[in-house]
Amino acid sequence: MEIQELERKSIQYRKAILSIIKKANAGHTGGDLSCVEILNVLYNHVMNVSPENFTDPNRDRYIQSKGHSVETLFTVLADKGFYPEEELDTLNQFQSHFIGHPTRKVNGVEHNTGALGHGLSVSVGIALAGKKNGLSYRVYTLLGDGELEEGSNWEASMSAAHYKLDNLVVIIDRNTLQITGRTEEVSQLEPLSDKFKAFGYAVRETDGNDLAALVQVFGQIPFEKGKPSLILAHTTKGKGISFIEDQVSWHHHTPTDQEFVVAMTELQQAEEAWQVQYGTR
Amino acid sequence: MELGKPNLEVFADTLLELGQQHRDLLVVTGDSRGSGKLVLFGQKLPEQIVEIGIAEQNLVGVSAGLASTGKKVFAVSPASFLTARSFEQIKNDVAYSDIPVKLIGISAGVSYGALGTTHHSLHDFAALRAVNNIHIVVPADNFETRKAIEASLDYPYPLYIRFGKKAVPHVHDPSTNFEIGKAIKLKTGSDVTFIATGETVFRAVEACNLLEGQGISCGVISMHTLKPLDEAAVLEAARDSRVIITVEEHSIHGGLGCACASFLLQEGLHNPFKIIGIPDEYNVNGSQDEILEYYGITPGGLAQSARDLIYVEVPE
Repeated sequence: MEIQELERKSIQYRKAILSIIKKANAGHTGGDLSCVEILNVLYNHVMNVSPENFTDPNRDRYIQSKGHSVETLFTVLADKGFYPEEELDTLNQFQSHFIGHPTRKVNGVEHNTGALGHGLSVSVGIALAGKKNGLSYRVYTLLGDGELEEGSNWEASMSAAHYKLDNLVVIIDRNTLQITGRTEEVSQLEPLSDKFKAFGYAVRETDGNDLAALVQVFGQIPFEKGKPSLILAHTTKGKGISFIEDQVSWHHHTPTDQEFVVAMTELQQAEEAWQVQYGTR
Repeated sequence: MELGKPNLEVFADTLLELGQQHRDLLVVTGDSRGSGKLVLFGQKLPEQIVEIGIAEQNLVGVSAGLASTGKKVFAVSPASFLTARSFEQIKNDVAYSDIPVKLIGISAGVSYGALGTTHHSLHDFAALRAVNNIHIVVPADNFETRKAIEASLDYPYPLYIRFGKKAVPHVHDPSTNFEIGKAIKLKTGSDVTFIATGETVFRAVEACNLLEGQGISCGVISMHTLKPLDEAAVLEAARDSRVIITVEEHSIHGGLGCACASFLLQEGLHNPFKIIGIPDEYNVNGSQDEILEYYGITPGGLAQSARDLIYVEVPE
């Protein structure tokens, strides 16, 4: 998909994400918005996965280890046609499978996540099975930066390098915030790139909210033969809404009526600007 | 009863045979192929063994990922570490995600003897009974071990199988029917029935022989599947026998005894009842046999418990 089309999708995804969060009055707004471009590029440009091939053993896999950013995943999967968008109106409602973290009860979700530090080990297992079966699929897994404080990620990283899983792509949503504050103030992660290199990854850093940059970096995978690829994606938590960006208070704050109107107005203006630049009127 | 092999060895032999027949069978180990008797498996089927190193959380997570692609995955680690260190991976990545990994807890209970509490698994039944969507099998002898491993291959649910590492006597005739979820009745008696699980079953059988010599009518059930519990078998035992005693190499809290007691009470049955296991205290140190003897999990100790319960209830 062309970058300009992806740009429009990002705006539309943000509208949908805020709308379902507003309706449910729950959601992880900040982390949802920081990874919109990553999921947009993965599902619309990079991965070979769709409702039609979802049972194909050679489909690409996406494991969202930072499960709390589920509203973004659900929005993108609806856009891909895994289920009607209206089903998202049931988010967090009694007996709905659309809950605050991904579950396989929702079509298109590969693995149940939510507790942090689980997705990478599972992804290593799927990638290893791909190698053993001689299949060409890749496994993409998205981790939060705060999530890296879980030691299990580093266990999994050792296996990823040990088994030379160059079919594994780890993306870090490096928005520098976690629920308590800056990651560096809660538990120092830096020098993050050096740590990942030391654990055996081939590492690339990029602007994780820049669609063109993401398209370019995903196009280089595998970064190095025989090594797992890791994208350190520098993002802004709450990206796209002026008063939500880089605010720790928006980790799982949900918009008031007034905030919602302002946010949707900003997105509407962004979409109109897109129309002016690319649209056919 | 004739002494057999350690269940651990039977597990390893069975797994090698199955691995040779099923090339999609994978064994995942955490620096435990030696203690799991899987060295030969690794030599004969090197493509079918995945070494994770000393990292149990990762071991279970990777196993879930492998099994999600259709591989038949046996995740092997000492029961203590497998069910405590990686409890959340079992809960979320296996049970909740509904991926039929076979979790194999080796050297279970107090098998590690004087290595101490860090290495004992007296919590695993209780912990995993409280997790939705995982079944628990605890084989008594070589026969049950082989049957359990064979049955696990295509078992549709997440499964935990645990056993010890010492040689155990043959409890069953090889022609016995084995089915996960269906208890095996070894003896029927009207005074007392031992409902035992795992490698305490042979001790219950020997206790029964002692009691019968003293004119007490005694039954024994091998409750090899702890979850789902064969409630019909428990009910039948409570109707056939006046006294029920459960036996397990596990904490007295949350295991077989609690499962049976809870079921019977809710059925309105309140037979004289005793749970024999490891009590909630700083546990005594020693070899496996010494620890079990200290807590009365010997033929003599079990027989004494039975007599105590029978005679307290019916004073002569």
